Amino acid sequence: MDCVASLYGRNHLSEIVSAAVKDIFVPITVGGGIRSVDDATQVLRSGADKVAVNTAAIAEPKLITDIARRFGSQCMVLSVEAKQINVDEWEAYTDNGRERTGLNVVDWVKRAVGLGAGEILLTSVDREGTRKGLDIRLLKAVTSEVQVPVIASGGIGTIGDAVHALKDTEVDAIAFADILHYKRATIGEIRKVVLAEGFDVRNYERA
Amino acid sequence: MSAPKVTLIDYELGNLLSVRRGLEHCGADVTITSDVEQIRKSERVVLPGVGTFANGMECLIRLDIDDAVHELDQRKTPLLGICLGMQLLFSESQEFGLTKGLGLIAGSVVPISALSVDNDPLKVPFIGWSSLHPSENRVEWNETILRENSIGAEMYFVHSFMASPKNQDNRIADYFYGGNRISAVVSSENVIGCQFHPEKSGMNGLNVLKQFLLL
Repeated sequence: MDCVASLYGRNHLSEIVSAAVKDIFVPITVGGGIRSVDDATQVLRSGADKVAVNTAAIAEPKLITDIARRFGSQCMVLSVEAKQINVDEWEAYTDNGRERTGLNVVDWVKRAVGLGAGEILLTSVDREGTRKGLDIRLLKAVTSEVQVPVIASGGIGTIGDAVHALKDTEVDAIAFADILHYKRATIGEIRKVVLAEGFDVRNYERA
Repeated sequence: MSAPKVTLIDYELGNLLSVRRGLEHCGADVTITSDVEQIRKSERVVLPGVGTFANGMECLIRLDIDDAVHELDQRKTPLLGICLGMQLLFSESQEFGLTKGLGLIAGSVVPISALSVDNDPLKVPFIGWSSLHPSENRVEWNETILRENSIGAEMYFVHSFMASPKNQDNRIADYFYGGNRISAVVSSENVIGCQFHPEKSGMNGLNVLKQFLLL
């Protein structure tokens, strides 16, 4: 995810994607700077499986429909940067949490799903980088309103934070980033804990 | 032994690079093309696919690939359809209105049920890893493209529509979503379809590609 691609007017991730998929045989979602169906086409042809769009979808919601029509809604991930503005009220931001849009997150997600978004990557701007745990109320508010998969992101400090969200909300998946980058946990450890708690994680054999 | 040759059909939709990398990892000599003459000369063909059925068919017809595929089928050339590529093998699809498919396997492509067998709502598209099980008419899959995978092997799926073969003998493996059976692998002689993405299913998926290269 090139979070600041729109901010800097930066372009395609195709080269990074091509390099990344070289020996990787699991799904990859690419986000950052996807502004048109052509941009989406290019990253998908480079080996991505899905595109995540935030800024351009807010600027031009029809892009959601265009991408979904062309590649299927399963390919069109709506990335949402949610910033809390009131009790149980969040506003959608763009440009990596920098720009306000005035859009209510729950309303925007519902509308986007209606337009063809097949999956939601929901990031709490307030929690991102804090390691204070996921925003449970935000996850509840969104998952109770839409029938497409929701991936929770932003705020994971420990594996327990992920388990908490899985137990208390209807999220379908959790995105781990800095907990892995800074080696506070390994994928194997996360998998073991989550399985022990009775949740479904891929049963894979080591190559 | 020279590397097994595969033609990967480029009909402007699809995750070409990933499929190519998967096949190459399994030792294949891959040609990506939309050129009908080249496709006609193929020893083995993979029809990939990410996208919508109507758009996929429109591209195949516009590029005259549909006729070439029928020719290959008559010569019993091994043909593997992946995801949308699998669905396109069927007679028709109900996605965004009724659209005619390649018709290599009798049956239609229908929406995944949004209700479980217990009437609970299910999320569609289904996105994720699921275990494969032999279809109702069989107990194992030793003679099929799945032979190197054990029953229960997990594969990666992303789809909103599913194939419903008319002839139950064309069903090889299914997975369960909310208790409903969803067709995961189908075959009819030289024609094989995988609803999951073998190029995105780790070792299990690579096993499937390796088997295809042996055909």
